[in-house]
Amino acid sequence: MDTLQNFLLAHTQGDLLPWEAQVQAAEYFSLTYSEIEEAALQLNILPSRYQRNRQTISTTQQFTLFHSTVAVIGCGGLGGYIIEELARLGVGNIKAIDPDVFEEHNLNRQILSTISVLGKPKADVAQARVNDINPAVNVIPIKDAFSKANGAELLHDANVVVDALDNIPVRIELAETCEMLKIPLVHGTIGGWYGQITTQLPGDKTIQKIYGRHSKATGVEKVLGNPSFTPAIIASLEVAETCKILLNQGTTLRKRVLFINLLDMEIEDIKI
Amino acid sequence: MRITVKLFATLRSGRFYTETREFSPGITIGEVIKELGIPEKEVTLIFVNGRHADTHDTLTDGDTIGFFPPVGGG
Repeated sequence: MDTLQNFLLAHTQGDLLPWEAQVQAAEYFSLTYSEIEEAALQLNILPSRYQRNRQTISTTQQFTLFHSTVAVIGCGGLGGYIIEELARLGVGNIKAIDPDVFEEHNLNRQILSTISVLGKPKADVAQARVNDINPAVNVIPIKDAFSKANGAELLHDANVVVDALDNIPVRIELAETCEMLKIPLVHGTIGGWYGQITTQLPGDKTIQKIYGRHSKATGVEKVLGNPSFTPAIIASLEVAETCKILLNQGTTLRKRVLFINLLDMEIEDIKI
Repeated sequence: MRITVKLFATLRSGRFYTETREFSPGITIGEVIKELGIPEKEVTLIFVNGRHADTHDTLTDGDTIGFFPPVGGG
């Protein structure tokens, strides 16, 4: 048991490393869960929590996710589900950005909101939740609003930025910042029964094309509100896009917008 | 010329889902929105035959056009 590598190899069952062994290793070698997970994946050993990720995600790809940084702009309806799914997926670093605290009217849909966290900062609650699910994931809570002024500082080290904002003007600023920083942006937005999603790679300017004429527009959500199911669906689609970008796999929604109508169960696929 | 107009989401309220209507040749998308009595700020995303388009684009006989309202929640 002299080295961490020997410890991990000795405690591997098949090619899986059970959680108890990770806890023991962290204590014995005074390391973080993140450091244990990294060492295991380097040895092609899969932490047992990820065993149902296979064969969708290989151990090598799990290592790629571990080394990835995803910035989630907003920790509300969309952001809560996005952070939850990224953490369970095994994305190693999540920047959770939101200036707000939880309020009662969030309880109808925001997965991170519970009675006990009302009044608490959303970014901090996101960190606590992820720590409960997967302490190998490093959440960086940022209790600040994204703006063009702080955008470069907040996002420069992100592999992918995920849009979970709640208004159109800041979405356009986010899209412009991602263009400038040359970072892929996964856009998702909701209102009532409806949602839309696209993936913008640097140079595409997709978001500007969608909202171009109405950059100051108020969305339908101001009248319709948002029920529980719409953010869950759009957030999941955003995470699927993020996963594909990080792993360079499959076909994304690049230069396409999906417009989803849950009231009539229709999906429109528009070429941009 | 005949144009098929598809309305999406809230734009359907009090109007229609899909209708094929007669319009003047060379009409622009912006003029179609006006003729339909839809306030222009209520339309964000527009497609013609499945491809993104803008209000100043002109239509041709047989086109299918779609209008979506702005969605911005999270």
